[in-house]
Amino acid sequence: MAYSDKLLDHYENPRNVGSFGKEDDGVGTGMVGAPACGDVMKLQIKVGPDGVIEDAKFKTYGCGSAIASSSLVTEWVKGKTLDQALEIKNTAIAEELALPPVKIHCSILAEDAIKAAVEDYRKKQGTQVAPAADAA
Amino acid sequence: MSDTSQVLPEADLFSRDHFALFGLPRRFVIDERALEGRYHELQSAAHPDRHAHRPEQERRLSMQWATRINEGYRLLRSPLTRARYLLELEGVDVGAENNTAMPADFLMQQMAWREALDDARNAGDPEALDALSATLRAARSGAESQLVRELDEEHNLSAAAATVRRMMFIARLGEDIAAAHEKLEN
Repeated sequence: MAYSDKLLDHYENPRNVGSFGKEDDGVGTGMVGAPACGDVMKLQIKVGPDGVIEDAKFKTYGCGSAIASSSLVTEWVKGKTLDQALEIKNTAIAEELALPPVKIHCSILAEDAIKAAVEDYRKKQGTQVAPAADAA
Repeated sequence: MSDTSQVLPEADLFSRDHFALFGLPRRFVIDERALEGRYHELQSAAHPDRHAHRPEQERRLSMQWATRINEGYRLLRSPLTRARYLLELEGVDVGAENNTAMPADFLMQQMAWREALDDARNAGDPEALDALSATLRAARSGAESQLVRELDEEHNLSAAAATVRRMMFIARLGEDIAAAHEKLEN
């Protein structure tokens, strides 16, 4: 199967591999997995006080397409607000990397990882804000 | 002269009900010896050699039967594919391609196992691979017991679909461990 140059580049030189402290303020962690191929993906975002994603890291166990998809989205989410990050669609990921049809689920995984990370971040912020709101 | 129709239910060739073909009740727990026995009976009835001197149409039919029998046998023999098939018969899609929301603790566990596999592979450590295989076997048998409850006793199909998804991860990891083992041995 012929893979695109972009896909191979992200696979061979993945960007932003690693982890942030899970409990750190401003960090949202998304964990997702694809049963079809057993891929597991962890995507973390670090959000600044202005609500913009400053940094992102990922760790993925899976095929080349899953690694490339997660590497790509760590680049894409940087500099975006949470709502903008949520607008990233799997079709855009698949198109950018020219994923073959059998690998579309890898881009779904990456989209869902962003959603899960944003949700985790918002949940953490919510639980931190709630006591103050009660006190007011 | 042997005739397929004596053993093979004539109209069933294109039916997708493998349980019926093998004379088994639609349950997760099956009588494995009955499955084996019926498999050999069907195979020998449908074997193309038996129909070598028969008209072409009958030969073609016996080939199709042989394929269907093999397919059904393989599917029913493995607990994972059997469970998935039972859910399919009930109209439940396990969402293998698009259901990515696995429980977080399960995914953490998968990550840890994947890391252990990487470490064992890099260190060329067959004992570490064996230990991981044993852990995985325990996880698989735990999931199978859960399926007995969810499918045969409680008829809780959404819970069973979630268990099947977990088993798919475990099966995939098991294949990767086996491949790593093979590589070490060569």
